[in-house]
Amino acid sequence: MYGYAGKVLRVNLKERSWKVEALDVEKAKKYIGGRGLGTKILTEEVSPEVEPLSPENKLIFITGPLSGTPTPTGGRYMVVTKSPLTGTVACSNSGGYWGAELKFSGFDMVIVEDKADVPVYLNIVDDQIEIRDAAHLWGKVVSETTQILEKECAEKAKVLTIGPAGEKLSRLASIMNDYSRAAGRSGVGAVMGSKNLKAIVVKGSQKVQLFNHDQLKEVVSNCTKKIRENGVTGQGLPAYGTAVLVNIINENGVFPTNNFQTAVFDKAEEISGETLAEKYLVKKDPCYRCPIACGRYCKVDDIEGGGPEYETIWAFGSDCGVSDLGAVIKANYWCNEMGLDTISAGATIAAAMELYEKGYIKEDELNGVGLEFGNAEAVIEWTKRMGLRDGLGDKLAEGSYRLAEMYGVPEYSMTVKKQELPAYDPRGIQGHGLQYATSNRGGCHVRGYMISPEILGLPEKLDRFTLEGKALWAKIFQDLTAAIDASGLCLFTSFAMGAQDYADMLNAAVGTDFTAQDVLDAGERIWNIEKLFNLQAGIDPSQDTLPSRLLNEGIPEGPSQGLVHRLSELLPEYYSLRGWDTQGIPTVDRLNKLQISESALTTEEVAAGDK
Amino acid sequence: MSIKVRLFATLRNGRGKELIVDLETNRTPNEVINGLDIPTEDVAILLVNGRDGTLDQLLQDGDTVSIFPPVGGG
Repeated sequence: MYGYAGKVLRVNLKERSWKVEALDVEKAKKYIGGRGLGTKILTEEVSPEVEPLSPENKLIFITGPLSGTPTPTGGRYMVVTKSPLTGTVACSNSGGYWGAELKFSGFDMVIVEDKADVPVYLNIVDDQIEIRDAAHLWGKVVSETTQILEKECAEKAKVLTIGPAGEKLSRLASIMNDYSRAAGRSGVGAVMGSKNLKAIVVKGSQKVQLFNHDQLKEVVSNCTKKIRENGVTGQGLPAYGTAVLVNIINENGVFPTNNFQTAVFDKAEEISGETLAEKYLVKKDPCYRCPIACGRYCKVDDIEGGGPEYETIWAFGSDCGVSDLGAVIKANYWCNEMGLDTISAGATIAAAMELYEKGYIKEDELNGVGLEFGNAEAVIEWTKRMGLRDGLGDKLAEGSYRLAEMYGVPEYSMTVKKQELPAYDPRGIQGHGLQYATSNRGGCHVRGYMISPEILGLPEKLDRFTLEGKALWAKIFQDLTAAIDASGLCLFTSFAMGAQDYADMLNAAVGTDFTAQDVLDAGERIWNIEKLFNLQAGIDPSQDTLPSRLLNEGIPEGPSQGLVHRLSELLPEYYSLRGWDTQGIPTVDRLNKLQISESALTTEEVAAGDK
Repeated sequence: MSIKVRLFATLRNGRGKELIVDLETNRTPNEVINGLDIPTEDVAILLVNGRDGTLDQLLQDGDTVSIFPPVGGG
């Protein structure tokens, strides 16, 4: 057994029991691991029609075969479950140190089933497993929970926990690890809260066995060199973190502002990566074995901690019309403490601000805190209220789609499949918009980061306004990304590395004989089983779309003025390249080609399910 | 003609954030970066008025040129 730890920890919270199962290695290799294998297991064990916050949903914490190995950025884990926000498959990916530590304990994954009758946490020290009472932790914020568990568990154990938002079943709740690292998106923290599971603490003492040490050493050295010599991963991200994008995206006129009402923020400089480095940065905050070290650690007044990332700065900054970077750092801090996804939390406040601006949310609902665009104090206060479900915060905790729907105007929610869009206006970046619309977990930038070719020029510069070739680029980016996620590496390696590099690392660590095409095929296989799960969950292809504002209203000003997203011109080509029918449903031919034939799902069954 | 030059990230070191550069007519971003002593390999993203630009395109009076070194993220 190489690369993989070889063991699965299955925990039943209702019975307070656990068992160790052998990893199915052939299945693991077919789906690589992480996002791929986790989704495969979810599709086998959980009905797509399950109510996400019911005991019947399962929560899978899963690493990849490269997690915990000497490969660069090999510290990641994923949380796979059915999302209470989108109703799709959820796969939220996090860095830090917890994922590698799980691998060191001898497990590739933890599958959590059912629901505990009272709050509990799971303590893993190699093969010593305990389900412990968590009454003393319930209600506590992430940092305090982590500190208590660091004291009462094994020395140097790594802590993963939810905050109050997860306990209170916010559909925007994240799962946090190592204080400020987040499996942020799609409400996975609410699933954990619904199971009365507060935390998982892990300490391991085992090494991951490698297929060929010398070969891996050479491959790692080669890939690390590529990462260090690449301008983005070797200089830009280390110096400024992801926040450096603020000025780039704003200069292109695609920086969503005031809930996507415009795409230029005249105060971008005040919330930029350059300003962050000058005024607030304390130190870098890298993840396990990362030569990039994009993580930031910042301080403002009496608040300090990990972050903020670019997406967070956008969500609480320009999307809320806020130019006070200190306030953004505080809102980020409270998201980390409450266990809230910063993108969805900020974007939901932005939607609430527009609902207030347009007169749907009334003054008497505010209880003393403003909700006008540009109000810096408000973004901090509403984040706390959202985390605690206090007053109007109770409605915000449901996410922007359900919030806007409560007022009868869901069109003010800038979401795809009910998940908040991130920090790039797709009207001026056509390929990226296609990616948003087709993402299997709803509004998301990390299922296929088309910003890389369309804005940053990596691996080559594409014209961001044109449609030609974009469907193929989007498909390849989506497939490669799925494979990278499955392997346990960070997506940022792909600024410097290609499919062959991932194949080389997997081959040396695991003993596979993957070609670059095999890696892409595995990614495509993953993409298709995600899609099949979604179809059976009732997420039909009509939801492969964008908010009407982005399809019908031109950007009002700036370098991308007048543009709308031309999705209807891109989707047919995309479906065709995917080998799906014109309705966006995978065909038996393509599924067979991808060796998904053993799946219970066929086109006919999916179609029948629709009727 | 007068060109507004906006610099970002490490390109600001010793140069500032925003400059107004006076050029003869029929000049290109190449002249702008040479004048500011910016090596070509440090220019990863070049925008003219917020749209993709090239080093050898002709500039017009009043244009804004934005220059970024290799940076990125998400």
